[in-house]
Amino acid sequence: MDNLIFAAEVFVNGLMAGVLYSLVAIGFVLIYKASGIFNYAQGVMALFSALTLVGLMNGQVPFGHLINAIFGTQVHHFGWHLPAIVAIVLTMGVMVALAWIVQRVIFRHLINQEPIILFMATIGLAYFMEGLGDMMWGADIKKLDIGLPQGINTGIDSFTADLFGYGFFIDNLDIVATFIAAGLVVVLVAFSHYTKQGRAMRAVADDHQAALSVGVSLNFIWILVWSVAGFVALVAGIMWGTKSGVQFSLSLIALKALPVLMLGGFTSIPGAIVGGLIIGIGEKLFEFSVGPIIGGATENWFAYVLALIFLVFRPQGLFGERIIERV
Amino acid sequence: MIHAATKGAEASGDSPLATDKAGDPILELRDISLSFGGVAAIKDVSFDILEGEIRAIIGPNGAGKSSILNVISGFYVPQEGRIVYRGARRPSLKPYQVARQGIARTFQSIALFEGMSVLDNVMTGRINHMRSGLLSQALWRGRAEREEVENRKFCEGIIDFLEIQHIRKTRVAQLPYGLKKRVELARALASEPKLLLLDEPMAGMSVEEKEDMCRFILYVNDEIGTTIALIEHDMGVVMDLSDRVVVMDYGRKIGDGSPDEIRNNQAVIDAYLGVVHD
Ligand SMILES: Nc1ncnc2c1ncn2[C@@H]1O[C@H](COP(=O)(O)OP(=O)(O)OP(=O)(O)O)[C@@H](O)[C@H]1O
Ligand SMILES: [Mg+2]
Repeated sequence: MDNLIFAAEVFVNGLMAGVLYSLVAIGFVLIYKASGIFNYAQGVMALFSALTLVGLMNGQVPFGHLINAIFGTQVHHFGWHLPAIVAIVLTMGVMVALAWIVQRVIFRHLINQEPIILFMATIGLAYFMEGLGDMMWGADIKKLDIGLPQGINTGIDSFTADLFGYGFFIDNLDIVATFIAAGLVVVLVAFSHYTKQGRAMRAVADDHQAALSVGVSLNFIWILVWSVAGFVALVAGIMWGTKSGVQFSLSLIALKALPVLMLGGFTSIPGAIVGGLIIGIGEKLFEFSVGPIIGGATENWFAYVLALIFLVFRPQGLFGERIIERV
Repeated sequence: MIHAATKGAEASGDSPLATDKAGDPILELRDISLSFGGVAAIKDVSFDILEGEIRAIIGPNGAGKSSILNVISGFYVPQEGRIVYRGARRPSLKPYQVARQGIARTFQSIALFEGMSVLDNVMTGRINHMRSGLLSQALWRGRAEREEVENRKFCEGIIDFLEIQHIRKTRVAQLPYGLKKRVELARALASEPKLLLLDEPMAGMSVEEKEDMCRFILYVNDEIGTTIALIEHDMGVVMDLSDRVVVMDYGRKIGDGSPDEIRNNQAVIDAYLGVVHD
């Protein structure tokens, strides 16, 4: 009985971790559907947006280190602190600019290239952005606090304590993150179904030639999609950064999103959500139940092995479309 | 708007109609040449399309017919020549820009949004009639909703007209070929084009399906007044539908005139009619 109660707590915590995996995976799916590009840089985009957000909030001078090295100056801070909401809006502006540059400078020249080439380009982009983030804002771990509630939720704690005689430890931040993520998904769905741009986005995701013929500019839609992916990355970056500080290991979530995508399918937003939750819950429960027996640290590999098993039995993922070769 | 005086919807086949509804040219091709590497697809071709007419483009396989439509719709960029659209020289445009100028098209190898329903496909045809962008959508919900309702009503009208109500919620991927062609026409019509380009709208259809399609095309031309350029292999259909015909062979224009003139043109008979077995 006690074990069941512990497992329930682990389950809930896993759900929360899964929400963040889902967020990153959604960013992948958006870009992949619209352009066939597997964006390795999605995780770095989350990192970059979080770095930019912290930097702007703290009034840090971008490229401060570089400027000082070249001009022998000593500038570090503008001496202001921006309110979180202003900094978030500005950061979003930066992400849109980034989307424009990425399309303009890189992918416009790679139209009709093999997927592997596009993928390589995003690897290059990932390391470029990581370096850029480092140069602009420095490599130290930064604290991100935009005022989201944190710490144990006492309501759930005392409620479960009364019920089971054992209080669940659920972080307020996780609860908020779940609601924000759910809200984000609702907004994305509404956007893609009820706006002109959303309709155009779905059209491009379905068929480029047909989209062109009804007057949709592919270039514009790709910039839009990278911007939306940038927005999703920003949300993920804020959650992750608030939870464990903005640091470069953040970019590694991109790798966790990979097994999520294999589970959920590369072309399905519901798949990305469900896949993220399954991996989040699965790895926590597995660590809880099997971990102690085989010496722990299963969270490092569980997701990948699960994805591998899925690959063998259902290569298109849970929600992906089955591809049947025409002969 | 110019209407045809009389055009026989009944497929009689031997009473082609004279061009009596000629307006000004809506589009002119002047000395267009296009090649792919060493292959010349279009060689120095000039012709015009008059406001309100049905202009057919015929010719054997590989003659360059589709290439012509692709040049008009901006999918191919010719190396030489000029295009005049509605009285003004048209610069080199992207396909989506051409579409926004009021030129809609269908494809020889259907290009639909396979994952969407028929209605959604037709609705994409109205994308450039939707003014409500992201911001206004958020700020003026009322207007955006009204616009959505109007657009939907318009599309339902086209769907009724093309007699595909029964499949309006069906995913296009599940439809047979003949119906897909009809959906593609519906989507093109949804944009209310000034010029409609149809690349073999009846290829691979049964006789009944062809008759339906002919009826729709004539109606669109007669009643809505849409100018149409179409490629078709079935000579009977061409003779019935079109006001004027361009004949292509090996990338060149070898004939241009009314269906009657084309039928009696020796060069055309030699080069083209001899090749087609029907
Ligand atoms: N995108 C392309 N790349 C290379 N060659 C092309 C391309 N499009 C057309 N061609 C070539 O141009 C020539 C004309 O082709 P086009 O498709 O215009 O002919 P068509 O008259 O439409 O023939 P069909 O009746 O078979 O549809 C052909 O030799 C074709 O191989
Ligand atoms: Mg063709």
